[in-house]
Amino acid sequence: MTDISMTSQQRQSQTGKIVLRWLLYIALGLFALFYLLPLFVMITTSLKSLDEIRTGDLIALPRDVTFDAWRTAWSGACTGIQCEGVRPYFWNSILIAIPAVAISTLLGAMNGYVVAQWKFRGANIIFSLMLFGCFIPFQVVLLPMARTLGIMGIAGTIPGLIFVHVIYGLGFTTLFFRNYYVSIPAELTKAAKVDGAGFFRIFWSIFLPLSLPIVVVTVIWQFTQIWNDFLFGVSFSQAGTQPVTVALNNIVNSTTGVKEYNVDMAAAIIAALPTLFVYVVAGKYFIRGLTAGSVKG
Amino acid sequence: MTKWLEENTPKLVLAPSFIAVLIFVYGFIAWTAWVSFTRSRLLPRYDIEGLIQYERLFASPRWDTALNNLFVFGILFIVIAMVLGLVLAILLDQNIRTEGAIRTIYLYPMALSMIVTGTAWKWILNPGLGVEAMVRGWGFENFTFDWLVNPDMAIYTIVIAAIWQSSGFVMALFLAGLRSVDGEIIKAAQVDGIPTWRIYTAIIIPSMAPIFLSAFIVLSHLAIKSFDLVIALTGGGPGYATDLPATYMYAMAFSRGDIGQAASSAMIMMMVVFAIVVPYLYSELRSKDD
Repeated sequence: MTDISMTSQQRQSQTGKIVLRWLLYIALGLFALFYLLPLFVMITTSLKSLDEIRTGDLIALPRDVTFDAWRTAWSGACTGIQCEGVRPYFWNSILIAIPAVAISTLLGAMNGYVVAQWKFRGANIIFSLMLFGCFIPFQVVLLPMARTLGIMGIAGTIPGLIFVHVIYGLGFTTLFFRNYYVSIPAELTKAAKVDGAGFFRIFWSIFLPLSLPIVVVTVIWQFTQIWNDFLFGVSFSQAGTQPVTVALNNIVNSTTGVKEYNVDMAAAIIAALPTLFVYVVAGKYFIRGLTAGSVKG
Repeated sequence: MTKWLEENTPKLVLAPSFIAVLIFVYGFIAWTAWVSFTRSRLLPRYDIEGLIQYERLFASPRWDTALNNLFVFGILFIVIAMVLGLVLAILLDQNIRTEGAIRTIYLYPMALSMIVTGTAWKWILNPGLGVEAMVRGWGFENFTFDWLVNPDMAIYTIVIAAIWQSSGFVMALFLAGLRSVDGEIIKAAQVDGIPTWRIYTAIIIPSMAPIFLSAFIVLSHLAIKSFDLVIALTGGGPGYATDLPATYMYAMAFSRGDIGQAASSAMIMMMVVFAIVVPYLYSELRSKDD
């Protein structure tokens, strides 16, 4: 008797478990839909003609796939008075991002190396002050920066934007490298010093070869930040030097002519492609940067 | 000379960055603070006149709206993103076979620019052709979902888009936290027959308190700095209905030519950030030294 009741109870809990498992997967699936739906709608809308958009359903698949909107978005859409698409601005973003990422990463590596391994009196205070700079709302530096760029003669130029991104990226890049180098035993530096190696020699032949993971994390972090930046781009650029985010916003919010939703969506996807690509290829490092940048800074 | 150089190399390497931060962060904050006490309008003036800009600021209905919006948006955004992030993390923590793929899907919006997010949601939420039109097309003729153009509801569209963008990130934070809880304790609790939900509420979640704090800091920081999303999604409108302090500051600085107002609103933003971040940073740095 007892045996039978036991098995029926077990069977009951077994089916209960399976039902729970199903519910769990359904919930996860629904959430996945929530995150994917906007991307899906963007892609399908960008492949429809305007007529189809007006008469059709938001989430319907395109009846006739057309790449006209993509062509217009890339090289014909109007950002205000100019109608060259996002292509020149995409190029601007590349010209801004590559040097700014390279310089801020290099400086961050050197700074982090000093703060972690060559501590001098006051080094910690300097690091704290730099760390603090990560947290300021950039609104508080916009006005003086606009004037300073003017005085330096690089207002509204791409070098000006590179300069701004390097300055305000330093806090984070230094933080990343400092936290990484701090875990490398100080004895290593000491032993190398005894052997007669100097500051740069130790950096070059001991620390740099160990740094690949943190370099990847920092580069991805900085690239995402700079590519996706809008505030600096819109404040410190002028017609012709705007980054792609600013151009996208101008295309979407330009009030003249017919609203071409398919072109808007194609332009948005183009603007998002580089960071999405990085995320898909190096997601692990992307997440590590996010969590490092948030938990400790 | 070479000896001196050798001894001081670390300082010399750090010096340019340090000086840059002193000038471009602290010097600039000081400049903005100074100007916020003057009568500056189109051009900055440097004779201190007291709190006149702050009086103007707090007498302005537009700023009032911006602060109210920050409050509504901030609280909803932080609370919902944290709850959603925690729920997703716990769901994903149940030995899901496709965890990697699902995590990738939940987190990808974080890689997008807020302008892209705003553009996408602006299209989805537009009443004429978006969700409203779609549901009407299904036969529900009276369905209305016009939040984007409704001044009373537009701020909630920003909440929706912001949560879509950031909740996956909160999930990643919490998931890392869940995984870092001591497995032995959980095993012991399971052996004692404590139900799973009790293990979560009594053991795992309380031990993640520091992660809740981090998530809160990051999200509140994001909320206060929110600018791109508003510009792309609503442009601050309809009217001023979705203005936030960041868009107010930008409008004063670059389209209204009112430097005094721009400076004083920026200072208020900074004070709000510091009120949240300084205690946190202080405790972080102190605990590290111990």
